[in-house]
Amino acid sequence: MTAPGPVVYPGGAEPAAPTPVSPTGLAHRGGPANPSAEALRARWPAAVRRVDVGWGETSVLLDPAMLVDVVRWLHDDPAQRYDYLVDVTAVEFRDAQVPLEIVWHLRSLPFRRFLRLKVALVPGSALEVDSIWPVYHSADWLERECYDMFGIRFRGHPDLRRILMWEQYREGFPLRKDFPLRGRFSRSEQLRQALAANPEAKYSMDELSIADAYEDLPADMRQRIRAGEQTGE
Amino acid sequence: MGLTVSYQPQSQEGWIATRLNFLVNWGRANSLWPMPFGTACCAIEFMATAASRFDLARFGMERMSYSPRQADVLICAGRVPFKLAPVIRRIWLQMPQPKWCISMGACASSGGMFDNYAVVQGIDTIIPVDVYVPGCPPRPEGLLYGIRMLQAKVMRERMADTTVRDEMEPDPTSRLYIPPPAIDELSEPFGNSVQQTRSGL
Repeated sequence: MTAPGPVVYPGGAEPAAPTPVSPTGLAHRGGPANPSAEALRARWPAAVRRVDVGWGETSVLLDPAMLVDVVRWLHDDPAQRYDYLVDVTAVEFRDAQVPLEIVWHLRSLPFRRFLRLKVALVPGSALEVDSIWPVYHSADWLERECYDMFGIRFRGHPDLRRILMWEQYREGFPLRKDFPLRGRFSRSEQLRQALAANPEAKYSMDELSIADAYEDLPADMRQRIRAGEQTGE
Repeated sequence: MGLTVSYQPQSQEGWIATRLNFLVNWGRANSLWPMPFGTACCAIEFMATAASRFDLARFGMERMSYSPRQADVLICAGRVPFKLAPVIRRIWLQMPQPKWCISMGACASSGGMFDNYAVVQGIDTIIPVDVYVPGCPPRPEGLLYGIRMLQAKVMRERMADTTVRDEMEPDPTSRLYIPPPAIDELSEPFGNSVQQTRSGL
């Protein structure tokens, strides 16, 4: 992973950044695209499949194979500097012929730009895409949530587990269109499985990031963690 | 014609016992320590109830007990997702007897509008509930009314009647036991089925 650039706070934007204004009179379709879209076309002609502008926001449909390279370039290039990953999510459409899309929202604080990246997965293929965790470590939980809700596997993610539903959840992926609103199991079975879960087994010391502060902990607590004790009473 | 008056000490309590009942119940009803289990907007109304304008302390509840070991009444304010179901169950088991439970608001009482895969359809499927307070969320007056109802319920308890404090596990060998699949099947026309969703998918 490359070293992160200097932190830029909203007050310290690049001189080339436009003055922030409230957008008015935006068209549903069309309008000026984010300058990064043109730069992407010039630098990665093979990766960019389509550029849409809707309500003044730019969406770029990318080739899944080159996703990580493009994102790394957007992050590192001094003329782009997308330093903030806002969200990772997915969209599934009711029409089964329309491919499922995975969406990344990027923000360039120095240039005051917002860019939406999309990757369309071919219907019938495996729900897999490369993780951008090597570029943005903040993608960790966002991709876990996307996996939890949609079942999309992110290749290269360091710890791809469920994050909102409990880890033993076996009913599927709730935001998929084939998932019934009330879940797959009966209410009594759902309740039985939920009550069978051990509340203390859900959060390890590691998950509560005590492991990061391990060296600063008191000696007795270090001893307890080393013995494998879980949090709780 | 002779009239036989029988005296059965097992079923009748004397004057001292009833007065002692009154004293104990009076003490319990007016020093309920609530364990607030606030998960959603009902908790905001609960905080308003505890604050100066409505002032729970008037009813002997000035001390919020954030430890279940020292609590008397669990006030569940807000929706409970399935992920929290074992947590609220454990909190209830950690509370010492005598203990009571108030289910505050539509979501805690019935799941409310959240008739979906993630939310428990009423906390009475997990723990016993004494008073249900309707509303979405209930106004502080509503919660106070529920608390007054609980106090009236506490005042009616008799120490000789230990069954109210018995904690029963469902007995599968009992003739009255209905297995969960049968309950599901019976309640299917009323929307407890997994086959139907609102979107029609």
